[in-house]
Amino acid sequence: MTAAVANSTAHSIVEASPRAKAVAGGLVILYAVITILPLLWIVATAFKSQSDAIAYPPKVIFEPTLEGYVNLFTVRTRQTPDFIAKLPPPETWYDKLVRQRDMVIAGPSKVVPRFVNSLIIGFGSTFLAVFLGTLAAYAFSRFRIPLADDLLFFILSTRMMPPVAVAIPIYLMYRQLNLTDTRLGMILLYTAVNVSLAVWLLKGFIDEIPREYEEAALVDGYTRLQALRKVVLPQAVTGIAATAIFCLIFSWNEYAFAVLLTSGEAQTMPPFIPFIIGEGGQDWPAVAAATTLFVVPIVLFTVLLRKHLLRGITFGAVRK
Amino acid sequence: MADVILRNISKRFGAVEAVRELSLAVNDGEFLVLLGPSGAGKTTTLRLITGLESPDAGSVLIDGRDVTIDPPGSRDIAFVFQQYSLYPHLTVYDNLAFPLRSPARRVPEPMIRKRVEQTAELLHIASKLNNRATRLSGGEMQRVAIGRALVRDPSIYLMDEPLSSLDAKLRAELRLELKRIQLELGATILYVTHDQVEAMTMASRIGVIRDGQLLQLGTPREIYESPSSSYVASRLGTPQINFLPARLLPDVPVPPGTETVGIRTEHLKVGARNGGRMVGRVHRVEHLGEQNHVHLDYKGEMLVTLADPHQQPLKADQEVELHLVHPLCFDRAGQRIPAMIH
Repeated sequence: MTAAVANSTAHSIVEASPRAKAVAGGLVILYAVITILPLLWIVATAFKSQSDAIAYPPKVIFEPTLEGYVNLFTVRTRQTPDFIAKLPPPETWYDKLVRQRDMVIAGPSKVVPRFVNSLIIGFGSTFLAVFLGTLAAYAFSRFRIPLADDLLFFILSTRMMPPVAVAIPIYLMYRQLNLTDTRLGMILLYTAVNVSLAVWLLKGFIDEIPREYEEAALVDGYTRLQALRKVVLPQAVTGIAATAIFCLIFSWNEYAFAVLLTSGEAQTMPPFIPFIIGEGGQDWPAVAAATTLFVVPIVLFTVLLRKHLLRGITFGAVRK
Repeated sequence: MADVILRNISKRFGAVEAVRELSLAVNDGEFLVLLGPSGAGKTTTLRLITGLESPDAGSVLIDGRDVTIDPPGSRDIAFVFQQYSLYPHLTVYDNLAFPLRSPARRVPEPMIRKRVEQTAELLHIASKLNNRATRLSGGEMQRVAIGRALVRDPSIYLMDEPLSSLDAKLRAELRLELKRIQLELGATILYVTHDQVEAMTMASRIGVIRDGQLLQLGTPREIYESPSSSYVASRLGTPQINFLPARLLPDVPVPPGTETVGIRTEHLKVGARNGGRMVGRVHRVEHLGEQNHVHLDYKGEMLVTLADPHQQPLKADQEVELHLVHPLCFDRAGQRIPAMIH
C-alpha cells in the first residue's frame, strides 16, 4: 500500500496536492484572523479598565478586570471616600470593585430589559416572518395563482427602496396606532421587512422539492396541511434554517428604526449600546461588554443551525 | 379491490388537450396497461383518477361510486409515481408505514408493523427496513415505492411508469415480480408505460393511447395480431412493423381500398432466389447476438426483419426472394382493413 503510493508518480486531478492544501489553508486562516480580529478586540476591551481601553498606543497586554461588565449591569453614584469608609464592609465582589473607584451601586441598569426586548423582538419577528413566508412560498410554488409573477415582484419591491425613505410615514402611522415603543410594533415592522426576503428565499427551496412527494401523501389520505407538515417541511428544513438566520440577523442588528421608534419600554440593544455613558463620556469597556453579550445569541443560533446552513446557502442556487 | 370506470373524461392544460373524451373500464382483478408515447395523456389519465387533477368534463367511478369531485385521499387509491416517491428524510420502514399512518386511516401501530413486514417480505427488502430511503440502490428504491402502494389494500393500484428509471436487467426482474405479486394478491392495477415489452408481458389487457384518445383496447394478443390501425401496429413488435405502399406489391392479394401493407417479421419469409417476383437486396445485417436484424432494400423502400444467425448467413448486397404471409392491410386513413379469408 505504502509502496504503491510512494512509487506512484501520477497525481489526482480531483484531490488537491499537499502544497495546494497548505496554501488554501493558510489563506483561510489569514482571512479568519482578519475578520475575527475586531471581534477579539471588542472581547478584550470588555475586560480592560477605562484608562487601558483608551490608552495610546493601544494596549494588547493589560491587567484584566470585570469593571466593564459590572458597569454594564449597574447604575452607580460617586461618593466621598469618607462616606464609603463609613459603610459596612462590601457584601459582594462587585460592591468591592465599585467602591475602589469611590462609587456605590445604586441599582441595576436597563441592560437586562433591553436584552430581553431584543430577544423577544428578534426571535418573534423571525418566527413570524419564516412562518408566514413558508406558507406564502408554498402557495406560490404549488398553486396556480393569478398574477403570481406580479405579486412576487410586488413583494420583492418592498425591499427595493431604502427603509429610511419610509421612516417618517411609518413613524406617523405608528403614532396613530399607538404602536411606537411597543414590542408588538417592532415585531410587526421587522416581520413586514423580513417576510419578503423569506418568501423569495423559501420559494426557491420549496420549488426544488418535487411535488410528487406531497401528491403521494395526498393520495395516501393526508390533507394538504398534513402533507405540508409531514413531507414538505422536513425537506425544506435547510432552507428554513438559512432563511431564519438571515431574518434574525436583520432584525437583531437593525438600528435605524429601533432608534426612531423605540426609546423606552421596547428599546432594543442596538440603540441602547452606544449610549452607555460613564463618567466623562462613553464607558468603552461597558460598551464592549454589551457588544460581546449582544453577539452571543446570533453566534449560538448560527452554530445550532450550522449543519443545515452550509447546505442551505448553496441549495436552490443550482438549477438542475 | 374494485373496478374503475372513466366516462368521457376530458382535460385541457391551456391550449393542450391532454385527454379527449376518454372512456375506459378497469375490471376487478385486472392488470390493465395504458401504452403510449410521452405526451399521449397517460399520466394525466392516472392523475384524473387519483383526483390530483380534476377533469373538465366526464366522470370517474370507483366501485360504482362517482368520485369525480372527491379529494384524492378519500378515493381509496394507491399510486406509484415514476420517481421521487420515497421520502428522503424517512427510513424504509417509515416510508412503507407512511400511508398507513395517515390521520384518515388510524391503523394501530402493531398492525402497521405487521403489514410493513409482510410487504417487505413480498418485495425482498426486509433486510433494508432500517436504512435511510436515500441509501438504497435504484432497484431497491423502486421496490420500496411499489411497497408503499402494496401496504394498503386499495380499490386500485395506479402505476406511472414505475420501472422506467431502472436499467434493463432490473426492469426485467421487477416486471416478473410485479406480475407475480399482482396474481398473488389478485390486485386491480392500472399501469402506464411507453414500453411495449412491459405492456406485452404484464397486461391482461392493453389500451393504446395517443393524443389523449384511446385507440384500441384488448388483450396483448388481440392488439398485436389485429391492430385497429397502422399506429397501433407500429407500437408493438420488434423490429418495428414495416409499411409498404400497396402499389409496390402488385402480386400480393389485398382487400380493396388497401393503401398500405404492414409487414412484421413473421409476415416476411426471406429465401434464396427461386424464380419469385418479389426480389429484395440485403442492405445491411446487424448482429445482436441471439438474432440478426436484416435491412432489406425493396424497390427503394427499406424493410427490417429478423433472421436466425445460425442459418445460412445473409450478406450485404445479396439478392433474396421475399414472400409475404398474411400481412396487415390499412386504408388511406391508416385504419385496418380485415384481411380476406384465405
